[in-house]
Amino acid sequence: MNQPLRILYFARLREALGTASEEIALPDGVGDVDGLMAWLAARGGVWQAEFSGSRPIRAAVNQALVQGTARIQGGDEVAFFPPVTGG
Amino acid sequence: MVVRVQTEDFDTGAEIARMRLMNPGIGAVVAFVGQVRDVNEGSLVHTLTLEHYPGMTEKALAAIIDRAKMRWTIQDALIIHRVGTLQPLDQIVLVVVVGSHRSECFAACEFIMDYLKTEAPFWKKETTPGGARWVEARGSDEAARSRWEN
Repeated sequence: MNQPLRILYFARLREALGTASEEIALPDGVGDVDGLMAWLAARGGVWQAEFSGSRPIRAAVNQALVQGTARIQGGDEVAFFPPVTGG
Repeated sequence: MVVRVQTEDFDTGAEIARMRLMNPGIGAVVAFVGQVRDVNEGSLVHTLTLEHYPGMTEKALAAIIDRAKMRWTIQDALIIHRVGTLQPLDQIVLVVVVGSHRSECFAACEFIMDYLKTEAPFWKKETTPGGARWVEARGSDEAARSRWEN
């Protein structure tokens, strides 16, 4: 699969990272959401602070809430965001 | 089923009337309206700005109504949720459930709100005299949702 991975960030996370979305090639060795979070944390700085597990983050793949073990592949839309606070 | 995410206000009376008049077989209409409070976590709230995830939010709300329909005998349900910047006393959310009997409609309405608050992708940021802050998720909302899990 050569399609890029689309990653979206929302709310406090979007502000902390300074970006709302990006497209990347699926990194080598990354097969699930936990793997992608570890890869993002390895960017260091604010990425490390947000994705190292110290703050609660929810994930969605193709607009469905998932656990960290959810598989991802090129072409997927992956979103990361804080616990939701609607209503 | 009606699911709408919108910046503009909604007319609760008109929405209830529409749901009622579309469903001649029903005997019960239950509605919940959420409004912006002027205080949160001990601070005055000047404004509340709601962000959502276009596409996923609508799907999540529709899925919550589907689950409510599987669990209770209800005829139909509506969710309208506002986004953008609101002020105290503004309406945020409307849930209307219609069905044959009130008990199933009351339960389904609570179920829908409990899941909406914990699974639908909305986020609140409020401005207070001390500055702007993101609203933190509440453990009590998780507890309210988990009571439906068995």
